[in-house]
Formats: sequence, C-alpha cells, structure tokens
Amino acid sequence: MRRVRIGLGLASIFAASFAAAQSGDSSRHSGYQDMGPALQKMQDDDSANPGMLFVQAGEALWNQRTGAANKACADCHRAAAATMKGVAVRYPAIPPGTAKPVDLEGRINLCRTANQKAEPLAGESRELLALTAYLARQSRGLPIAPPDDPRLGPFREQGAELYKRRQGQLNLACATCHDANAGKKLAGVTIPQAHPDGYPVYRLEWQSLGSLKRRLRNCLVGIRAEAYAYDAPEYVLLELYLMDRAKGMKLEAPGVRP
Amino acid sequence: MTPRLERRAFLAAAAVVTVLPWTSARATPASMAAAIKEVTGDASVREGRVILDLPPLIENGNTVPLTVSVESPMTVTDHIKAIHVFNEKNPQPHVFDATLGPRNGKAVIGTRIKLGDSQKIIAIAETSTGEFWSASADVIVTLAACIEDLT
Amino acid sequence: MVNVLINVPKTAKRGDVVEIKALILHPMETGFRPGTNGRIIPRNIVERFSATWNGTEIFRMTMTPAIAANPFVSFFAVANESGTIGFRWSGDEGFLAEESVTITVA
Ligand code: HEC
Ligand code: HEC
Repeated sequence: MRRVRIGLGLASIFAASFAAAQSGDSSRHSGYQDMGPALQKMQDDDSANPGMLFVQAGEALWNQRTGAANKACADCHRAAAATMKGVAVRYPAIPPGTAKPVDLEGRINLCRTANQKAEPLAGESRELLALTAYLARQSRGLPIAPPDDPRLGPFREQGAELYKRRQGQLNLACATCHDANAGKKLAGVTIPQAHPDGYPVYRLEWQSLGSLKRRLRNCLVGIRAEAYAYDAPEYVLLELYLMDRAKGMKLEAPGVRP
Repeated sequence: MTPRLERRAFLAAAAVVTVLPWTSARATPASMAAAIKEVTGDASVREGRVILDLPPLIENGNTVPLTVSVESPMTVTDHIKAIHVFNEKNPQPHVFDATLGPRNGKAVIGTRIKLGDSQKIIAIAETSTGEFWSASADVIVTLAACIEDLT
Repeated sequence: MVNVLINVPKTAKRGDVVEIKALILHPMETGFRPGTNGRIIPRNIVERFSATWNGTEIFRMTMTPAIAANPFVSFFAVANESGTIGFRWSGDEGFLAEESVTITVA
C-alpha cells in the first residue's frame, strides 16, 4: 500500500482525482464493472432487478394524493418521464430561496412539507426510497451533471476534506481505500472506486434497496468510525464531492451491488 | 502512519468487516443425502441431462442466481415432472421443489437462493417415467465487506 | 403494500414457448437469524408459489428459507390460447398475494 501523507499528499491526491473527474478520465469506472456477469445481468434486466419493485412503488406514490393540501406529486409535476428527466443527475443542489445543499431525498421531502403539507418521509423508509428510485430511474443513462452553482464550491470542498480525512479506530480515510487501493481486494471483495452512479442501489447484503447515505454509513462502520446521525450535513457534503468526482459518468439507478 | 502500520490497519479493517451471515444449525452432507432419499426413494440417481448454472464465484451469498435446465421433449408422455435443489451447508438441506409438466414446453427454471458458505449444490430432476437425473456444482462464497453494525 | 413485478410477453404465436418471470417484495426471514436483542427473528417466508393459465395450474414451487429475499422465479410455458396468467404466493403469517396478466395468442 502506498503511503499517504496528510497535507501535501492529500492536496495532490485531491488535485489528481479532481482533474480525473473533470477530464472524464477513462480509468474511472463504475462499481458495476467490478461485479461478475450474473450481477450485471440482474441489474440490466428490468424484469429481474429487485430495485424495480421500488421504482414501481414510487410510481404509485407519485400519483397518490396526500397531506393537508391533498395533492399528488403528479398534480404539479405531471409525467415524471418528462419533468423529472435529468433531475437526479444534478443533486445535491441548493433549492431556490435557500442557502444549503440538499440531496434528492431532501428535495423530495421539501415538496412533501411545503407543497403537499405532509410530514417529511423518514430517511431510508420504503416510501422515500421508492420515490427516490422512481425519480432516479427517469435519469437512467444520463451523465452525472453537478450544477455549476458557485455557492456549492465551499460545500464540495468540505466534502472533499471529509473524504481525505482519516477517521475511526482504524484511522483510515475514504481515499485510503477508494483512491489508493481501488481495484484491490479487501476480505475477498474488490474495493470499488466509490462512485454514486447506481444509487439508490439494491444491495444484496441489505436484501433491500438503500440510499447512498446508507452505503456511506456502512463504510463508516467498517472503519469503526461513529456514523454521523442520519440527518447530519456530512452526508450531503460527501455526496456533493462524490457526484462531482463522478461527473460525466452515466447514472444507472437503481443499480445492483453485492 | 508508516506504510507498515497502515497496512496493518487496512488488514484489520478486512478482519472487522468479515461476518458470517448464518449461525449454527447447518445441514450436513449426511442430512442432504437423507433429504435426497426422501425425494428419490430407492430409485437410482444418474448424473446427466441436468445443467445447474450458478456463478462459480459468489459475491454475496444472500442472493445467488441459479438456473436449472433439463434436457427433455416435455411431451405428455415424456416430460420432467419435478426439479429439486439441495445444498450441503445451509441450515436446511432443501432449497426448493418445483413441479412442472408438458405445459412448460421447456424444463428450465431460474430463481435466487441464499448460501451461507462455500459448498456443493445438487439439482435433481424427476422424469414422468420415474427416472432421476442430477447435476452438482461447487460454489465459492465470498463475504461482504463493510456491512452494517448489527447492534 | 403488495409489490409484484411480472414479465410476460403481451402477445405470442400459438405454440410459442414464452418465458415468464415473477418478482415479489418479501423479506424471506429465515428463522435462523438472531435479531438485535439476540433472540431469533421468527421465520417469515413465502412457502408456495404457483401459476395458472386460464385457471389450469402450469407451474408450482415450494420454497424454503434458502430462497433469497424478494423471491424471483422464472419458468417457461407453451402459449396455447389467449387469456389470463394468474400468480399466487402464500406463506407464513397469513401472507397471500395474487396477481394476473393477460396474453394474446394468435
Ligand atoms: C403543489 C405543487 C407541488 C407538489 C404537490 C409537489 N411539488 Fe415538487 N416542486 C414544485 C415546485 C413549484 C417546484 C420548483 C421549486 C422551486 O423551484 O422553487 C418543485 C420542485 C421539485 C423537485 C426539484 C426539481 C428540480 O428541477 O430540481 C423535485 C425533485 C420535486 N419537486 C419532487 C416532488 C415530489 C417527489 C413530489 C411528491 C412527493 C412533489 N415534488 C410534489 C411543486 C410541487
Ligand atoms: C477499509 C476500506 C474502506 C474505507 C476506509 C471506505 N470504504 Fe467505501 N467501500 C469499501 C468496500 C470494500 C466497498 C464495497 C463493499 C462491498 O461490495 O461489499 C465500498 C463501497 C463504497 C461505495 C459504493 C460504491 C458502489 O459502487 O456502489 C461508496 C459510495 C463508498 N464506499 C464510499 C466511501 C466513503 C465516502 C468513505 C469514507 C467515509 C468510505 N467509502 C470508506 C471499502 C472502504
């Protein structure tokens, strides 16, 4: 394993991966390519991909009136295939009239509370996953396209910093595994490059669909770090950085992962 | 951190993230043999005609795609009437029993199974004429990394 | 929320052998796993799956805890007449789900 020095080393790694992200470096590849053909086939076939069960449930929720406003998403947004195409690939973003980035789940919940006058959906609840998967599905095949909103810059940098920061009892940074050791084996598993292009994913380990946040929590637990609270801003910061790092890669949600 | 220490931490991570999905109570080869006997009785089981397709290297034992294809004309007088799948090491030897007939046209079925460990899987097909044919596969199951805290 | 995905061609030629795929949302809890309190989580599985073509059973499967969560089954059938293909899943805790699709055979 190569030695990673804090300080200069970090900055150069940061610069390198950042540059790779921007030039659409072909050495970047999806976790999809780290999987065997059987799992790739499971993802590719809509009638076999278990994530599609959630997409289907999301479609039903999209059309269902709810909340004090008794409005369905579809009442305002009409056909998701037209109005939500290209939305998932640009989140996290800063919604109009606010100052902080939210991820797609957060954006959905803003509409729940502000427009449907309903309770926000709980993180990782079946409903929120279903709506997120349904929206993400509308962008399948589109390149990840983080907005070039200058206000996002400082948040993205904080995300990058978190990604390079050593943490947990094992004192490892995300970068230690996903940049310095990507492609190597960890306990028999290929370490992926940590791209968010398949999320929400159906992870066989979970036997369920799950969000990128849940995936990040698993990595934090893996290095014996205290996972941030579900509503902590750190996830959105990391997601911002990961989406930027994956800029131009095609969204393939709902993905399948081991 | 020195490279050596870092390597150690990395390997420790590898150890931490290794957890077995199944606990105790495993089917043994003997209980698999008994379960097979329940299906076949005293009839002999021949190898052949059955193709059991599983990925040789399994990335997560929670969901393992499996296909069983049996060579058969699937006519009223000559067809496959059942396909049984057994495993050696899961807590129970039976995986599933499928009933089919001439209406299926092809004796090919697919599903997804759980495998707690590397082991042998056996598929047995029963013909309408009372014969039993089989195929087996040895699979290697790798364990997921970075799973959730179970507590 | 019963959540089922069925895949069958909408049309077929008489005598075609068509592939049928069925996926259902279900935890397939094995009954062998300890929960967070250390106690075994009770078994909760789909035990029986069957398919009918215009009311006649064409396929049946008995499942065990070794079938993966969100059970997926694929099999084939000879398209002999237009009509309805019905699917039924039943199991522990009174679980019952039914779904049907139509197929036009020309
Ligand atoms: C009462 C009308 C209304 C309802 C109901 C509603 N929305 Fe919205 N939604 C809006 C408006 C208006 C915007 C644009 C917000 C803005 O720009 O201020 C928006 C924006 C969004 C966006 C961001 C789109 C983008 O281009 O960035 C998403 C995603 C979204 N809504 C999802 C949903 C979902 C999912 C539901 C149902 C759970 C829903 N909305 C219900 C009115 C509604
Ligand atoms: C000890 C090494 C290690 C560290 C440190 C680590 N991860 Fe991971 N990560 C993994 C492994 C291994 C996987 C794949 C797990 C599997 O397939 O079982 C993974 C998967 C991922 C994925 C999913 C990629 C995909 O294709 O779906 C993302 C995203 C991710 N990690 C982000 C992070 C972030 C962000 C951090 C820091 C907070 C981090 N990881 C820290 C080892 C690590």
